[in-house]
Order: sequence, then C-alpha cells, then structure tokens
Amino acid sequence: MGIFDPVKGFGVTFGMMFKKVATEEYPEIGAPAAPRYHGRHQLNRHPDGLEKCVGCELCAWACPADAIFVEGGDNTEEARYSPGERYGADYQINYLRCIGCGLCVEACPTRSLTMINFYELADDNRQDLIWTKEDLLAPLLPGMEQPPHPMRLGENEQDYYVNGPELARDRGVPEHETVETDTEEAVR
Amino acid sequence: MGLEEKLPNGILLASLEGVVNWARKNSMWPATFGLACCAIEMMTSGGSRYDLARFGMERFSATPRQADLMIVAGRVTQKMAPVLRQIYDQMAEPRWVLAMGVCASSGGMFNNYAVVQGVDHIVPVDMYLPGCPPRPEMLLDAILKLHAKVQDEPINARRAQLREESGAKTEMIPSSVKYAKK
Repeated sequence: MGIFDPVKGFGVTFGMMFKKVATEEYPEIGAPAAPRYHGRHQLNRHPDGLEKCVGCELCAWACPADAIFVEGGDNTEEARYSPGERYGADYQINYLRCIGCGLCVEACPTRSLTMINFYELADDNRQDLIWTKEDLLAPLLPGMEQPPHPMRLGENEQDYYVNGPELARDRGVPEHETVETDTEEAVR
Repeated sequence: MGLEEKLPNGILLASLEGVVNWARKNSMWPATFGLACCAIEMMTSGGSRYDLARFGMERFSATPRQADLMIVAGRVTQKMAPVLRQIYDQMAEPRWVLAMGVCASSGGMFNNYAVVQGVDHIVPVDMYLPGCPPRPEMLLDAILKLHAKVQDEPINARRAQLREESGAKTEMIPSSVKYAKK
C-alpha cells in the first residue's frame, strides 16, 4: 500500500484515452459479415433468367425446423419457368422458424438455394417474416429475362448446362457477375 | 392516459408527440429476460464491441419497474410463461417487447409441448427478430427499427384514430441502409 495507489487507478483510465476504440460503429459502417455468413436465402437463376429451382422439396425435407414450404408445378411448352420438367410453383421460408443452419443449401441438388450475407430481417409482425418466392428470387441481371420463356442458351441441353455461362456473355450478362451468390464465387 | 387526452389536436400536440417520443426512444432501458443462448448475444451487445449504450440503453435493468423494453431472449417454456407475464405486468407503461431469436418469436425448431410457440401468445410483441441466435448487429438493427416505431407512436386516442384512418405504417428499413454514411 503506497500513498500513490489511489491515483494509479486513474492512470489506467487516462491511458485508455490513447488506445484504439473497440466499438464497431455498426449502423454507420454497413452490415459487416464473414464472406460465408449464413444470412437470408436466395433462389438463384440460370444465366438466361430461368429459375434453378426444380421444386423437388429436398430443402423442405432437410429443414430441422420445418421452416420451408415448397409446392412443385409442371413446366409446359407455353409457360416454362425452369429447364426440365418441374419448377417451384410456390416457395416460402418462414424466417421465424429458420435457424440458418444451411442444411437446405446442402440438400439442394441444383444449387438453386444459397444464402447471402443480408441479415437485417427484424419486422413488427409475423406475416411479413414469411418470405415468398418473389422476395427470395435473385434479381435479374442485365441480359436475363423474366420467366416464363423457353431455354435461350445454345442448341441443346448439353449447351445449356455446360456452356451456359459463356453463351450468356453474348447476351450481355456481365463477365464477373454470376448467377450465384457473389461472395460464394469470390471464395471459390 | 392523462392530461394529453384532453388537449385539442393540432400543431402543438403534434410537436409535443415528437418530443415525447424522441425522449422515450433515446432513453429506453431494457429489462433482461435472458432464457437461453440468445442471452449470450444480448450480453455481448451490451459489451464494449457493440456498445448498446450508444443508443441510450446504458443500463440493463434487472428490476422490471425501472424498465421500458423487455428483450425476451430465448425459448419460453410453458412453466416460464406465467413468470414472463408477471414481469411484463410489473413494468410501467409505456413498455415494449422485443422477441429476440426464432424461439421467442415462434417457437423456432422446438415445435413441442414444452415450449410456447411464440411469446406473442403471452404478451404483445412489438418487434420480432429472427436468427438462431441473432448476431449482436441484428439485435441493434431490431432496436433501431423499434426506435423508428416508437417515434411514430400517437400520443392520445384521437391521434391514434387519425393514424389508423390514414393507414400509415412505420417502414422497416435495414439500419445499415438507413444510417449509412453519406
């Protein structure tokens, strides 16, 4: 016990003034997240704008919280929403149940469902937190076309699936833009 | 509630409403109701990195009578429900409830007989915050959205009726967009 001990404590406080502030200025600096953070979902598109979702319901089956509802529908020659036979006619995710585990993304056979970094989801009623297909679908990039429309890329299905991204560039889809989540692509 | 019910409606009352709501939203003391893992994120939000005190929530209150906002963080069991209601009833008006995390909001992945399927079965909820658990930024976002709602609250029955008739609704803008640096 020295006579300066009570003053020493103030020294620590004074020294803190010259240290870097630990606080993250959240709303002003945007919404920081790790590149592969599990935010909200996104339903991706093929490079010509057709939906990748084929309405198989594997995501709904994989969901441990039973947050996903899918109803498949049949594509016809007049109204084609996705390549192949079936498409997701109704797609809903209840964000009040979703725990962001990503099992649905793992289950998706066409890589239609991925997650993006957006997480500012809070709302004041339960109805608005059930996101439907319109909310979840990826935005149309330049060169993409709002379905329903026929498969636009190449002569046959081989062209469509294998050379699709190259063929899409001729239609004006930007080279570095992908049809998937941008951060996912960056990590790869 | 009191004197403001008898005042005539006009410019004075509209300005008073703004000032009162501004004061309310900028000194909203939270009552902790940490029940599970969300409580860990809620405590982190009060710590130095996220610093809830920036928004006038300096003191997490363990006394409901000194609290304005109940943050229900975690799953509410049937056994806990009456306790939660009692804490809510002990809070002085005006009071708000924030359901933090999917369990408090809707029961989340615990769809069983032990867990209340959404805390809105017991108390009126003003803000639902999904996430399991929501990260501290999400809690800050929910609180800022609640602040926007509080700022729009009508001060008396007449103004509440006018607002009802106009159909005005507080817009839920993501905080990182609303408060982005210009």
